[in-house]
Amino acid sequence: MIYTDNAATTRMSKTAIDAMTPYLDTIYGNPSSLHSAGQEAAEALLASRKTVAEILGCNASEIYFTSGGSEADNQAIVSAALYGERKGKKHIISTAIEHHAVLHTLKRLEKQGFEITLLDAHEDGIVRTEELIDAIRADTALVTVMYANNEIGTIQPIKEIGAICREKGIPFHTDAVQAVGHIDIDVNRDNIDMLSLSAHKFHGPKGIGVLYAKKGTVLTNLIDGGAQERGKRAGTENIPAIAGMAAALKEATEHLDKNAAKLTEMRDRLIEGLLKIPHTILNGDVAKRLPGNVNVCFEGIEGESLLLLLDAKGICASSGSACTSGSLDPSHVLLAIGRPHEIAHGSLRLSLSEENTPEEIEYIIKTVPEVVSYLRNMSPVWNDLQKGEKNYVIQ
Amino acid sequence: MLYSEKVMDHFTNPRNVGTIENADGVGEVGNAKCGDIMKIYLKIDGNIISDVKFNTFGCGSAIASSSMATEMIKGKPLSEALELTNKAVVEALDGLPPHKIHCSVLAEEAVKAAIKDYYDKNGIEYDKSMFPDCASCGHCSGGSCEV
Repeated sequence: MIYTDNAATTRMSKTAIDAMTPYLDTIYGNPSSLHSAGQEAAEALLASRKTVAEILGCNASEIYFTSGGSEADNQAIVSAALYGERKGKKHIISTAIEHHAVLHTLKRLEKQGFEITLLDAHEDGIVRTEELIDAIRADTALVTVMYANNEIGTIQPIKEIGAICREKGIPFHTDAVQAVGHIDIDVNRDNIDMLSLSAHKFHGPKGIGVLYAKKGTVLTNLIDGGAQERGKRAGTENIPAIAGMAAALKEATEHLDKNAAKLTEMRDRLIEGLLKIPHTILNGDVAKRLPGNVNVCFEGIEGESLLLLLDAKGICASSGSACTSGSLDPSHVLLAIGRPHEIAHGSLRLSLSEENTPEEIEYIIKTVPEVVSYLRNMSPVWNDLQKGEKNYVIQ
Repeated sequence: MLYSEKVMDHFTNPRNVGTIENADGVGEVGNAKCGDIMKIYLKIDGNIISDVKFNTFGCGSAIASSSMATEMIKGKPLSEALELTNKAVVEALDGLPPHKIHCSVLAEEAVKAAIKDYYDKNGIEYDKSMFPDCASCGHCSGGSCEV
């Protein structure tokens, strides 16, 4: 099996599993307990918090462990919204290509009377800082812009956006779920006030993530109860997952440059190979993208059937087709960058990890065109295009 | 597994793929915007469907539904083909996931649209109520299926 769906989730590393095992087995105490069994777990919690903080460039007291990226996004946005509301600020700026964890949270706030401005992501999938400046108002309570997009991999000008927000005194949150462990991030350098991350995107365990909140940020609880996470997130800490996450993040960070170089080379070779298929287009900027992200649209075919056939040939990938999500509309990200519905249905995302090999890339480059042409041959849409009865959207 | 073995079989080895030159009846339903288009070609001898081919743009269940529907009407009299229901297609495929039922509806409609085309071309009288409009599929909310 060739696994190229690492933006969905990654395989846990041996390092992460090894770091977790003792806490699933012998060190099972509750870190809130005073006895030695509990204190051993508390030590792991403290050490993990320090590790994560050092990597992000912040203090351990600014790290809040959550159940994952979605919870961290929800808490960051709701906290800033409620804080803003108390000061009469009910306007939030985000982008049209955010993850649903952000967009659906904003939708809910909109129903509660907040005004939401979504910045255009343009055809290259990148927001423009001048458009952010234009969107900022006196009552803007929060700017939330993802670090890197989960579908098309585009990397936003986070440092510049953060600087604009700092200057205007507006809290800035970034959903960095796809970026952490893959590109270099420093919350101070990047002017970030709040950041969300998720462990299973960098070979850590599922169900664990982090909300970084800069000192002084007023957080609202999503879960009330015990005093864990300095009273901001109740519930006994998931020590095995937290230890696994810290170990995975440390490992990913130590190998970041080497991995990025390898991934970029494989990514560019894959893009080059896939774009040789006629009437195929790359989604997202060619350079300002995650080192492992490839996303293309093939005209005249539908993505779910493409995925099933690739799976039958041993390739695990993803698509923004409506049929893969159970909804009628294809990916909101592909629509936001201007792909028409019928083109967006024919998208393929291959998200690589450093565990992939150049041989696998060559196999994909050989296999995808076969599957695409097989599906095109039975597609009435392709037939009409070939006969000149319709015009190609992708040249 | 999302799909039954039958669906996977008809998806990976679809029967009757292709087109028929100078077909006696052609039916096309669906909309690329919604992600599915089915086109069915009929060769009719007397009252019998002597050959049938299809082209489909769509997901695995759309391709499997087209394949199964064409198998079910091949060699059959038109009167019998007109009785094909989406339910029968679903049953023959050993079921479809709930959000894929519309694929079987499209297959039924494509068959009926092709037969209607044959009737229209040959000036054959028919009961219009036998041919539901595309809004009945419910997939695109409000009959936006016209192509």
